[in-house]
Amino acid sequence: MIAKLKTTLGSLGEWINRGKVPYILSITGLVLSTVWVYFSPRSLPAFLFFLAMAGMIYYFKIKPVAKLILGLVVALIVVPIIGARNIFYLEVLFQIGVFAALALGLNIVVGFTGLLNLGYVAFYAVGAYLWAFFGSKQIFLLHEIPGTAPQGTPFLLPGDMFYLFIMLGIIVAAVTGLLLGLPVLRVRGDYLAIVTLGFGEVIRQLANNLDKPLNFTNGPQGITPIQKPTLPGGVMDAFNVILTPIVGQPVTEGQFYNILFYFIALLVAALVIFVTLRLDDSKIGRAWTAIREDEMAAVAMGIPAVKLKLAAFAVGASFAGAMGVVMAASRTFVSPESFTFMQSIGVLTMVILGGIGSIPGVVLGAAVVVVLNLQVLQEVSLYLSQLRQSDSVIPIINFAWKNLSNQLDPAKYQRLLFGLILILMMIYRPAGLIPAARRKRELKAAAVPDADNGTQEAADE
Amino acid sequence: MRRIYESTVLRELLRPLGQIAIFVTATGAIFSVAMLLLALLFRGSAADRLLQENNHINIFAFTLTNLPQVLVDGVTLGFVYAAIALGYTMVYGVLEFINFAHSEIFAIGAFVGVEVLIALEGAGQLSSIPIWLAYVFLALAVIAGMAAAGGMAMLVEATAYRPLRNAPRLVPLISAIGVSFFLQDAIRFTESITTGQFHRIIPTFGNFDQRVSLVKLPLAGVVTDINIQIKSIVVIAAAVLMLVGLNYLVNATKVGKAIRAVAQDRPTASLMGINVNLIISLTFLVGGALGGAAGVLYALKFTRIDPFVGFFPGIKAFTAAVLGGIGNLTGALLGGIVLGMLESFAGAYLSAFTMGAAGAEYKDILAFAILILVLIFRPSGLLGEQVGQKA
Repeated sequence: MIAKLKTTLGSLGEWINRGKVPYILSITGLVLSTVWVYFSPRSLPAFLFFLAMAGMIYYFKIKPVAKLILGLVVALIVVPIIGARNIFYLEVLFQIGVFAALALGLNIVVGFTGLLNLGYVAFYAVGAYLWAFFGSKQIFLLHEIPGTAPQGTPFLLPGDMFYLFIMLGIIVAAVTGLLLGLPVLRVRGDYLAIVTLGFGEVIRQLANNLDKPLNFTNGPQGITPIQKPTLPGGVMDAFNVILTPIVGQPVTEGQFYNILFYFIALLVAALVIFVTLRLDDSKIGRAWTAIREDEMAAVAMGIPAVKLKLAAFAVGASFAGAMGVVMAASRTFVSPESFTFMQSIGVLTMVILGGIGSIPGVVLGAAVVVVLNLQVLQEVSLYLSQLRQSDSVIPIINFAWKNLSNQLDPAKYQRLLFGLILILMMIYRPAGLIPAARRKRELKAAAVPDADNGTQEAADE
Repeated sequence: MRRIYESTVLRELLRPLGQIAIFVTATGAIFSVAMLLLALLFRGSAADRLLQENNHINIFAFTLTNLPQVLVDGVTLGFVYAAIALGYTMVYGVLEFINFAHSEIFAIGAFVGVEVLIALEGAGQLSSIPIWLAYVFLALAVIAGMAAAGGMAMLVEATAYRPLRNAPRLVPLISAIGVSFFLQDAIRFTESITTGQFHRIIPTFGNFDQRVSLVKLPLAGVVTDINIQIKSIVVIAAAVLMLVGLNYLVNATKVGKAIRAVAQDRPTASLMGINVNLIISLTFLVGGALGGAAGVLYALKFTRIDPFVGFFPGIKAFTAAVLGGIGNLTGALLGGIVLGMLESFAGAYLSAFTMGAAGAEYKDILAFAILILVLIFRPSGLLGEQVGQKA
């Protein structure tokens, strides 16, 4: 039955990708979904359909140039327009961009090199606090009690230094990665996981407690306000002049910042994807894979394992550092709360869900987790709270929705979601939704029991 | 023949008691001496002057007068950590795998125990009861917590770990992280839907909050009353009981022999007719039950619990297990006591010695620092033989 279904799906897939069909399908799909989102800007199904269609471009068998053009049209023209109609969509896409870059960075460490890093969010924190410290008034408040700022304290740097600090974030996070890597890479496997977890917690606790003796981080209250880059002069007016008739309303400055940060995140994420793709195909990428598969053999073949592992840590960290700076500027606020162990696991979930070591998989994983987190869970929460206010009753067990606890807010149950994804993926699909080509082969090989396990299984039965 | 048998039993009961006594006194003595030496070094420093200004006490006298209380707290905390660490170390010994979800097993034990007590309180059974009945109820709560935690540990093993037993090494670890997160929210969900909140506070009953005065010592010119909370005594006594029981189970019974055999060489053990799956389940049951009991004791000591309560004790207990040499039961005990002492000392003295720049809030970082240092410089731990880390 399943085999039959598979052949049916296979032939369907073949038909879809024959001749001109994929062109027609992708363009009509995109147009239809765009129109749907345009006319019902609050509808979740419409937006999901739009995201799915945009993602499908990757799968259709059309010329790379056509894919690129379609992708650019969607990212540069369609999204800002529908985003201006519902700013929340831009927030979702911004977060997808941020977390895709984070997940790709973690993927270099976990997926390519096979080192499980559970404290990855620390590098993100380093980037965020870097801009938070230099892009705010904090340097003048070193001797103040957290939460008190004298009137008229100036900002240290102009907001446009933000762009420079993206570069600095890359460097500082990479150096942090090296500093962590140097001592830690002596331990291996699951111990490394726990040590990196410890490192992540240490960074968070430092951010939490470094409000004395000198007030560097403002403690648990976090640093705010952090500067945003200034808007390029006239761009917003031009945007409004051209697009107001299409959008239907003029865009305010705050909303235009959303568009700006969407573009920044998109740019950084695209750069990260490009770098990761090139790395994967490079000598370094192959050396990483060799280390993952068998470190001892790799060293015997003359691969400098320690150097390359350090490089993996540094590159992975640098992506997170850059995105940390972007995040700090877009939120104008950072606090230790944003860099908990759960964030690390969230990024890990994206990598695992999409497919360890698979670049399109990881991006897909990031998109799915962010959409689930920001939209689906919120939607369910909203629905539940509506039910709670109504008089309806669950039919069979005769339970009034009114009596449902207020604590039962699905939006707060991210851990359940992440946990379930991790367990189920590990048991049923360890290679992820879009398996990496190499990984697929490796897991197939691991499934054949060797002599040792053979006797074991026989004895167990 | 019979005499030899009896002496084995006796030995396996007495040896751990001896070990516990040695570990506690040795660790306590080393820490105290080191601390007092440090205090002597700090005489006349800025920290000393600050303390004299504010509290009219010099730093040596400050250290000395606080010392007994710090030691008692350290031992109590150490036994809680040791009881949790045993769960990590047993599972690691048998499967060579870090049971990341053990901290949530601990939390489940704590919640079940506390819910039992809250239910008893709701039924009006806890007010004005004789002392012995309070202990019976506490024992009941501990046993309920043990049963729930042990059962949950077995369930987790059967569903989330067993299918992955032959997978690459990181796969079960990731699954365990998933279980850990899943269970945190599962507890929260259950508590939210049944009680409407997810923070629980253990009811006050019996005489556990009272303090008994042990001795009055003239320390540094001040007569200091050294007292200890009854619940600390209860925690220590219960933990010692469990540790001795576990040692007996592992070293003096047939089941224990099977556990050790499986830990040493799984395929060969199965060829010798040992049901490996059953023994692994049993290991999880025992380890989980110990963790659950530790959870109830933790709740008794710190009164307030929430679904995420397991994270830090879990990490610290894991640190304790690594510190003592993972896979080694005695090591877990020693590691727990050392870590408990360290935390207690850091919590009490760090603030005074650094003039408030770094206070007790750094004690969580301290555990991680120890963990990282141990893993880098002596990955086999204090008592472990070179186990060799398989990547």
